[in-house]
Amino acid sequence: MNILTLCYLLASITFIIGLKMLSGPASARKGNLVAAAGMSVAVLGTIFLYRDDAGQRLGNYGWIFGGICIGGLIGTLAAKRVKMTAMPEMVSMFNGMGGLCAALIAIVEFDHFRRHAIIVMEGTTASGMLIPVGLLIIILLGLIIGSVSFSGSMIAWGKLNGKIKDRSFKGQHLLNLLVLLAIVAGAVYLLFCFDLSLMGTLFYLILGLALLYGVLFVLPIGGADMPVVISLLNSFTGVAAACGGFLYDNKVMLTGGILVGAAGTLLTVLMCRAMNRSLANVLIGSFGGGNTVAKSGEQEQGAIKEISISDTAVVMGYANRVLIVPGYGLAVAQAQHVCHELERLLEQRGVEVLYAIHPVAGRMPGHMNVLLAEADVPYEKLLEMEQANELFPQTDVVLVLGANDVVNPAAKTDPASPIYGMPVLEVEQAKTVIVNKRSMKPGYAGIDNALFSGAKTSMLFGDAKKVLQDLVTELKNS
Amino acid sequence: MGFFNWITENQQIIYIVVLMIFVGIEVIGRVPSVLHTPLMSGANAIHGVVIIGAIIVMGRAEPDNYLALILGFLAVIVGTLNVVGGFVVTDRMLEMFKRRKPKH
Repeated sequence: MNILTLCYLLASITFIIGLKMLSGPASARKGNLVAAAGMSVAVLGTIFLYRDDAGQRLGNYGWIFGGICIGGLIGTLAAKRVKMTAMPEMVSMFNGMGGLCAALIAIVEFDHFRRHAIIVMEGTTASGMLIPVGLLIIILLGLIIGSVSFSGSMIAWGKLNGKIKDRSFKGQHLLNLLVLLAIVAGAVYLLFCFDLSLMGTLFYLILGLALLYGVLFVLPIGGADMPVVISLLNSFTGVAAACGGFLYDNKVMLTGGILVGAAGTLLTVLMCRAMNRSLANVLIGSFGGGNTVAKSGEQEQGAIKEISISDTAVVMGYANRVLIVPGYGLAVAQAQHVCHELERLLEQRGVEVLYAIHPVAGRMPGHMNVLLAEADVPYEKLLEMEQANELFPQTDVVLVLGANDVVNPAAKTDPASPIYGMPVLEVEQAKTVIVNKRSMKPGYAGIDNALFSGAKTSMLFGDAKKVLQDLVTELKNS
Repeated sequence: MGFFNWITENQQIIYIVVLMIFVGIEVIGRVPSVLHTPLMSGANAIHGVVIIGAIIVMGRAEPDNYLALILGFLAVIVGTLNVVGGFVVTDRMLEMFKRRKPKH
């Protein structure tokens, strides 16, 4: 047992150090490995050294190793095979699995409690039965938080890969509130009803309601806000894991869970801050009502100028400085490598090429940095928003690759716009703006963009990869 | 005075919770926005520590308790998915950050 305590202590320390290292660019990768090593120690220690209160060792090794092999194999394959663009979905999926795990533990432990309670009751009078309220509260918390995190993460996963559309209806917030109240009321009643069969019914009712709440909670939130939601659900799962720590008096589950719960909550707030919005604003969702704005805006759209590939090549080839603004369109077309090639070709001609990265471009903060780093784009070429905004007035050409909301001037000028107040890249300050998009469809937030009909803007329609390849060919031949 | 008793009985755990909340906030307080996604993914892997609970459930399940056996087995699978998948995905994301250094 002493060795196991030491294993848990070691693992707890690696989690803290790992998180610390993960928040610095130079040490991040090592930090991840440190935490993974600590986790392995904790897991192996549990399997071989754990003794329960009665001093019994764990059994069912076949089942345990079987489960670990299956989970490990699927997890590794899924994580290795997933495309960079689908990373956010993947994180959401894994997070949901953690929540499901916590909920399953709660179900088994509740069943255990009921069996145990029945035995006790046969020996005593029913009225003299002692309900361990503390234990039940922890089980219920693990069940509720874990289930919400599971079903919510699954919806977020579906939204990010486009299988589930945003859906909101009148009175949805009221319904959500009612479901939440029903969960709380059911849980409180369960604690004091002193009737085992009623407890069982209530328990599974709460499970159902919690799953439903997770769905209702995420469904109306706009797809563009999914990263924030995933981060929030991530911290939920952390708290659910900590409930397991309470349940088994297990310090490593407790430290790991609470650590992630706290860090995840802060991270959620930081992400909101990067979009200049409050968490409440994201969750209650002004984006849901944005559809009407987009529809009425469609007719007003001014004249749009199109530009050909060869003209684009000429304009860019003779520029002094080109700033590229990557967005989700680049990610979805997997165009990061050809984008880098274009950048090198232009540099050979003496054009200075830099990238302007909006903190929430793509589907997740840091998404663009990861993609461009994959294509070997040097780190110092990636400008943060503030630096880029200073450079735009001295820039000849801005090439917007599948970005929309992050370059929408309405965020500065139109108080009625759902994204009003979000800091954006001020691309319209540059001499020429070329926007590559697949079509005139509005961006993820579903709102109109006045940039596209601006006097300095030309549209270059087509898939980002195809367009960039054509540009590269054009530049090579000229 | 049940509340005070409860605090006294569980004071170790309560201390851990309070301190860990502060550590969690402090430790990532100055993360650049570039690292938000990998950090979220790494934290996601760490809460996979819930797998330990799943292992305990599975290991203690009596041979005739099918609910515990089946749900415990499922919990071990999904818990491992969370841990292994989480760490591997995070590593893949961060691998891409690494290469920029020698290119300087």
